Amino acid sequence: MEMGFRWDFAYEILPQMLLATFNTIIAAGVGYLIALVVGLLFLLGQRTPYKIINVINREIVEFIRSTPLLIQLFFVYFVLPQFGITLSAWVCGMITIGLHFGTYLSEVYRGALEGVSKTQWEACRALNFSTLYTYRRIVLPQAFPIAIPGMGNYLVGIFKDTPLLSTIGVAELFHAATAVGGYNYRYLEPYTMVGIIFLILSVPAAMWVRNLERKVNIAQGKIKK
Amino acid sequence: MSYFAFLSEHGITLLLGTVTTIKVLICSMILYVVISMIFGLMRLSKNLVIQGIATVYIEFFRGTSLLVQLFWVYYVLPFFGISLEAFVAGVVALGLNFGAYGAEIVRAGILAVPKGQWEAAHALNFSPAKRIKRIIIPQIFPIILPPAANLTVELLKATALVALVTVVDLTFEAKQINSITWLSAQCFGTALLIYYFMARFALVPFLRWLEVLAARKVGRGKA
Repeated sequence: MEMGFRWDFAYEILPQMLLATFNTIIAAGVGYLIALVVGLLFLLGQRTPYKIINVINREIVEFIRSTPLLIQLFFVYFVLPQFGITLSAWVCGMITIGLHFGTYLSEVYRGALEGVSKTQWEACRALNFSTLYTYRRIVLPQAFPIAIPGMGNYLVGIFKDTPLLSTIGVAELFHAATAVGGYNYRYLEPYTMVGIIFLILSVPAAMWVRNLERKVNIAQGKIKK
Repeated sequence: MSYFAFLSEHGITLLLGTVTTIKVLICSMILYVVISMIFGLMRLSKNLVIQGIATVYIEFFRGTSLLVQLFWVYYVLPFFGISLEAFVAGVVALGLNFGAYGAEIVRAGILAVPKGQWEAAHALNFSPAKRIKRIIIPQIFPIILPPAANLTVELLKATALVALVTVVDLTFEAKQINSITWLSAQCFGTALLIYYFMARFALVPFLRWLEVLAARKVGRGKA
């Protein structure tokens, strides 16, 4: 077998890889949207006045957060059909990613809400604003900027975890690389290209998030310009 | 098949897999702690070359996916004449990946040590090495341990990935049993529970104990 990086082979498989990159981006995007919503649901569970719901909610979040995404994927993919629910690999993958990262996002939301000063609430109570109005006009506009860096971090995090979807047969970038590698008995170029594509996409994204974080910190007065 | 019958038949296999998972966890934990210390310090070096190397390393490993790195180490390095055993490849990839995240934590920890400590060490004419070793490092532990604890729980979860490069760990065994028996709920459910118990009732209490210990060492905790 020829040693070293074969540029002609890399060039040959490039279109296939780029097409699969598109799938990876879609998977990350859809997974993220689900996670955003799931995070809100967990946040609601955390903030309802019913103790029993709080406790159950916390235990579910703890459980999902301390078990590997990989096994959760297998669980959803292999166990649901036994109960008569047959979903495609794509749907399973999106649900699992949404659930897994939803727990992390609920923590981001919680931190942001707690980041809003208590006196804001007291002022609203003094002005006789309703709870809904307080959330909508006073608390959420202040909490949202605090949540942005955390939300951005998990978008990058989800993007980097999409290769796990290949284990249940979702045709994303890593899956394509493994298929191409197996077909040609050469893994050097496909896997290297996957790494480079990930770098090209996620390093600028991470830098953008860090920049946002800095801007938020400046706006909050935590650090000076 | 009842769950009890399932456990009596496959419980031992899953336990053996768990032992491998713990071995992977401990080895990669040691590796990542060492790497994060070295690169965290390098990142703060005044020498631009050293700082550059550390920055490139950190950005590279944080920018690509762990699974890709794992497969690269296991399947691509042999092209360059470096063949690692699956276990070693898994530990190396995990250590390198988490070392990059850890280095950032160490860097932030060092920066969080009050400036007066540096100045005092300087005033007492400590050598730079002694300043770092005796004054700064002992003080960063209470600062870096809480984020490092989160990272270590992430590491435990990430060890599941080594199953994909044929390390016979808990995930691998669960998959194996699933493909023989098709009792998916039982085998993956049990695996999830084992990971959960390891994280919640062993790893997290251990890390909390370390945090208390570190706080006490610098005189901040309760005696």
